[in-house]
Amino acid sequence: MVPLSWYLILAAALFSIGLFGVLSRRNAVAILLGIELMLNSVNINLAAFWRYGNVLDMAGQVFAIIVFAVAAAEVAVGLALVISVYRKRNTVIADDIDMMKW
Amino acid sequence: MEKIMTGEQIIFLAVAFFTLGSGFMVVTTRNLVHAALWLVSTLFGVAIVFALLNAGFLAVVQVVVYIGAIAILFIFAVMLTRKDMRDQGPQTNRGWWVGALIAVLVFAGLYSLLQGWNGLSKTASGIPSGFDAVAELGNALVSPDAFVLPFEVASVLLVAALVGAVYVAFNRK
Repeated sequence: MVPLSWYLILAAALFSIGLFGVLSRRNAVAILLGIELMLNSVNINLAAFWRYGNVLDMAGQVFAIIVFAVAAAEVAVGLALVISVYRKRNTVIADDIDMMKW
Repeated sequence: MEKIMTGEQIIFLAVAFFTLGSGFMVVTTRNLVHAALWLVSTLFGVAIVFALLNAGFLAVVQVVVYIGAIAILFIFAVMLTRKDMRDQGPQTNRGWWVGALIAVLVFAGLYSLLQGWNGLSKTASGIPSGFDAVAELGNALVSPDAFVLPFEVASVLLVAALVGAVYVAFNRK
């Protein structure tokens, strides 16, 4: 049987990889890719705590499904913003998107 | 690890390395179309992890929603915006090493936090016989004493976000 720690360490590693992507990439779409990795690692944690806790209590899986819905909403709005900015400024580099910088 | 590993552990380790390797390629590949395809492979690895955790419904939703919709949306977005990022310049910003340092520190911090927690080596109790996780999940999502309100709020959020996305990306010309 796989101990709980293995799942948690896998999720922590995936979260850190996603965090690195978010912090280091220049392309706004690539930043969103990193956010997806981070959301997935959270879902691994939720499913693991459901399985290793009380299986009869479905709260862990329900929370994971809500995270799915929020991730879909986030990607839809995020990519729409990126495409809209690309139309106006012809760039997707996060450093160059500074219209709201005072 | 002094004991012989069980088959489940070997499968877990293979899936974990596959997932982490694909995830690493997502954040380091220069070509963003390739990064999106690596994301598909990472998401598939996470779906296998869900299956290993007996969360069958989550595994199916992961494949249908994440790989089927979100990853495809990413590939579309990359193709709609790829004109200027292909050959010129680096893909990472000037402070990328700070990001790498922060990521390593976060992992080290989480790891040491986990080491100090006593529930870590817990093993899963067996699933009770006759327990249908998918049916229980469906009941929990629509039962008034459980999660019907968060479920409805999430659906309203999704509708609002998709309408908003169409509005934001709409070409007024």
